[in-house]
Amino acid sequence: MFQTLNLKAVLVATVVTLGLIASVIVGSRNLQNFDGALIAYLFGTIFACFGIAYRYVVWLQRPPTWRYWVRGWQLFFSRKMFVYGWELAKHFFNDFVCQKFIYHRGTKRWIAHLSLVVGCMIAFAVTIPLTFGWIHFGLKQGTIDTYEAYFWGFKTMEFPLHTWIAFNMFHILNWCSVLVIIGVTFMMRRRLTDAGQIAIQTFEGDWLPLILLLAISVTGLGLTWDYEFMQGKAHQFMAISHAISVILFLIWLPFGKFFHLFQRPAQLGVAIYRKEGEIGEQAICPHTEQPFASKLHINDLKEVTKKLGFNYDLKDGTSHLDLSPQGKRAALAKAHLAARKKSGSYFG
Amino acid sequence: MNNTQFKTDQEFFMDPQRCIGCHACEMACAECETNGQTPMISVDYVDRFTTTQTSVQICMHCEDPVCAKACPADAITKDEFGIVHSANVARCVACSNCVLACPFGVPKKVEPMQLMMKCNMCYDRTSAGKKPMCATVCPSGALWYGKREDIEKARPNSTPVNSFQFGKQAVKTKVNIMMPKGSTQLVVD
Ligand code: HEM
Ligand code: SF4
Ligand code: SF4
Repeated sequence: MFQTLNLKAVLVATVVTLGLIASVIVGSRNLQNFDGALIAYLFGTIFACFGIAYRYVVWLQRPPTWRYWVRGWQLFFSRKMFVYGWELAKHFFNDFVCQKFIYHRGTKRWIAHLSLVVGCMIAFAVTIPLTFGWIHFGLKQGTIDTYEAYFWGFKTMEFPLHTWIAFNMFHILNWCSVLVIIGVTFMMRRRLTDAGQIAIQTFEGDWLPLILLLAISVTGLGLTWDYEFMQGKAHQFMAISHAISVILFLIWLPFGKFFHLFQRPAQLGVAIYRKEGEIGEQAICPHTEQPFASKLHINDLKEVTKKLGFNYDLKDGTSHLDLSPQGKRAALAKAHLAARKKSGSYFG
Repeated sequence: MNNTQFKTDQEFFMDPQRCIGCHACEMACAECETNGQTPMISVDYVDRFTTTQTSVQICMHCEDPVCAKACPADAITKDEFGIVHSANVARCVACSNCVLACPFGVPKKVEPMQLMMKCNMCYDRTSAGKKPMCATVCPSGALWYGKREDIEKARPNSTPVNSFQFGKQAVKTKVNIMMPKGSTQLVVD
């Protein structure tokens, strides 16, 4: 196992994790504001942080990923920063906020994923700072009906209890759970009924993430149900089953499907890379005599495939990669015809 | 993958020289449950101005798939049966590396979905022990799926070949191409 350990990734992951721990200590004012009941969640999050950073760095070291990573930042910090900044903002809105491209894959798939993401993102925004002791609440001194919220030890807002705002503040995670359950239900339904999905899905790859999300949301709602309607009789059970499901989720975060949350921003890098390609010179296929990709992309790909151990250079100094997909298919068909012709019979 | 009825004694054999350009395979391909109405097979007029030659191309399921290696998002995987699967929908970032790196010109990108899709040898069918859709409808035997000994008997003047040369690059594939008897490799350019 230690031979396959990626040292660069261990180093980066260690630095990132130590940075996180430091920010927890500083942000919670030397753990003064840290809620001891959340210690298991904190350890889970620290593990997830290390795992995610490790996998991310291993992933970045792959030649195609590294090429896009370098190109993306080069373009971003180039003279065209404003052009690309605007392009990124547009893509962020369309692809991440609205997720329009998933809409094109199917309305239900889009509704499912959007409600899942909105639910999860709000939940992360609340629970992560709470777990780190970055936010905490307290009664305003001298009052019994006004609450104060602190961030990194600084007071950020106050609100009266027994109001609409307070109700939603205290129940926000329940609303998130409802959104997640809606999303997961759609996704599970699809995985049970779509023949294509049934053929290719796996338990750990596709079902486990959905089961974990469902378990977190149901046990989370259970906590509220318990103290609202059961006088807290099932508190221990609810608290433990919720903690277990969240910690399993955190441990699974770096390995399974959830990692796409950290990989997807690459889509933004690809967007500006394509923009740059469109502005520049185009690659013309010698077979179709039509542009089919940017010269930038084809040249990069020639280098990347060589780094990966593939060499498509031809005798005449050009490359098989200079052909468009259609051109490549035609080249194969012509070569096949020539071979048949040479054998003296077109068929056999 | 979780299905076990994949028939390992059956293989794909294609003979583009037999393709008559009828597009039946394309229609059949759109029936595949895993790519949902989008045909993944390519039927081409090789050079419309000078010849009536048509050609058909499915994914060759390379032993060392460059599409998967060139993918920056780890979206393409090869399974234990040697099937190179279509892009993982949650991972593909629609960069087109696979489309442009595949020496056979196979993967297709569906722009509005920001997703690459490719032939997975009708995994919904082959994993259940059935033949791929295209091979069941091809009227001329350009696309054929079954046992090696059967095709060798049916086409005694041809040899199945799974080795290709593109310039300096040799490529080995799971799918075979029918070549004149005794051939060992198809040299493309
Ligand atoms: C809180 C964060 C997120 C969670 C928990 C999450 C969860 C999931 C899950 C469980 C699936 C699989 C659905 C299935 O079973 O088929 C999925 C699919 C997907 N996710 Fe996310 N996701 C998150 C954020 C994102 C973001 C920010 C993006 C980028 C836009 C993204 C893009 C995708 C895409 C493209 C798919 C494939 C959807 C399809 O084709 O149906 N996800 N996500
Ligand atoms: S033929 Fe192309 S798409 Fe199919 S496995 Fe090989 S490189 Fe990938
Ligand atoms: S288009 Fe998708 S599957 Fe193809 S290389 Fe890019 S990310 Fe990978």
